[in-house]
Amino acid sequence: MTQTLATMPESTVQDAFVPARAPWTCTISKGQKLRIVDLEGNQAVDFLVYSAADDAERYSAQDTIAAQGNIFLREGSVLLSNEGHPMMTITGSAVAYHDTIGGACSCESNTLRYGHHTKAQHSCVDNFLDGNARYGRGKRDMVSNVNWFMNVPVEADGALGIVDGISAPGLWVELRAEMDVVVVVSNCPQINNPCNGFNPTPVQMIVTE
Amino acid sequence: MSFSTADPYGARDHARAMAGTHVLTMPTLPASEAADRPGGVPSEAMVWEEVIAGGGYAAKRIGRGARLRLTDLEGDACVSMLLFNAEQPTERLNVADTLKVQWNAYLGTGQLLLSDMGRVMMSIVEDEAGSHDALCGASNERGNDAKYGSGANYGEAPNARDRFKIAVAKFGLGAKDIHPCINWFKGVRVGPDGETELGRAPAPASRSLTLRAEMDLIVVFANCPHVLDARSDYTVTPVRVTAWRGEVTPTDDPVRNATPEGQRAFLNTEDYFCR
Repeated sequence: MTQTLATMPESTVQDAFVPARAPWTCTISKGQKLRIVDLEGNQAVDFLVYSAADDAERYSAQDTIAAQGNIFLREGSVLLSNEGHPMMTITGSAVAYHDTIGGACSCESNTLRYGHHTKAQHSCVDNFLDGNARYGRGKRDMVSNVNWFMNVPVEADGALGIVDGISAPGLWVELRAEMDVVVVVSNCPQINNPCNGFNPTPVQMIVTE
Repeated sequence: MSFSTADPYGARDHARAMAGTHVLTMPTLPASEAADRPGGVPSEAMVWEEVIAGGGYAAKRIGRGARLRLTDLEGDACVSMLLFNAEQPTERLNVADTLKVQWNAYLGTGQLLLSDMGRVMMSIVEDEAGSHDALCGASNERGNDAKYGSGANYGEAPNARDRFKIAVAKFGLGAKDIHPCINWFKGVRVGPDGETELGRAPAPASRSLTLRAEMDLIVVFANCPHVLDARSDYTVTPVRVTAWRGEVTPTDDPVRNATPEGQRAFLNTEDYFCR
């Protein structure tokens, strides 16, 4: 099913335009919904979640994968914390699946993946550190993240890689907070692989009651 | 022999009479007396031997160049591992980068364990098991409560995450330092639709895995049933850890040079030691 962004609901509590390559953070209360809109298509949105009550409890990709028995995030997937508690549920997705094994790009890992000439480029880890710093969090708070709209298949022999995306302009994913959470986003600045179609673009974040 | 422990003298005699007790799940001290010393390794090069019980944990600081062998003694171990740069523990194993940079979801001989700083932390120099898991992570109390009735640290079915909490606390680290882990000896494969499939257990006894430390490390192990283990009883068997000093990886090492990504990971680690 392909749906584009509809008119804004009246219960909107925040409507944010996140420029290409930028970080974004937001506190979302239990029961509120977050819709992430891939405005121009094939834009990876790197995504971490912390419990607002205790940020030692945070999104765990491994717990989420193990509990649902699948590496892909789809409509109905529950994002679990490192203590096994539901943090957010995917209530709808216009894209078939999303990634949570590929992690975030960093200046440092870019040197391995592409060469040391990429070290000075923008990266998601830098955005996460920037976004988390305003909450007093630091490097210890980095864990494996969600990559909305990113396509990372695993072949039968274990081969995996970030390949051409399956998103398109206006496609979206919607989440419901199952506890009070702080969401930290990096609108991925990567230009060396197809996760952003080699061209980072803006996304829209809409929080509703 | 019976003792009165009514006064300190009797209590001391009682305690001292335990000396020399040997059980399977204990460390060997000094490490030079390790029972499982590899051929060609002098006794003075041994730095660690310990058998970790099912449900147990252990951690130790080891030096750059050290070799660390895990042996699944009875074929049903599940050894969850965390890694920290001993010198600056904010640098730690990054499972996502380890898989992504090496273009593969499965770990085995010749592959590297990468940090979140683009450096190689360990190399897998020998792997008899060929079945490991970097996707499903550590069990937690909530999950073990549901499977076994209680997952508490003090109970009969402790969970890997809580074992990690205790282990890392002894190095001044806390819950925020517990990062995504690797599970050795329990293989998970990904099906065509993304489904995760745990390999059959138990496996043959005595499979081993040898890792090489590429920087000074704090290695942390918890040996608890795999989170996907469907058996209703808490089933996990002891693992033996054996470690010895070794040479720092030379620049012509075949594992170091196996892939361009790996070469750059070694370059970054070697650059870290340029000081």
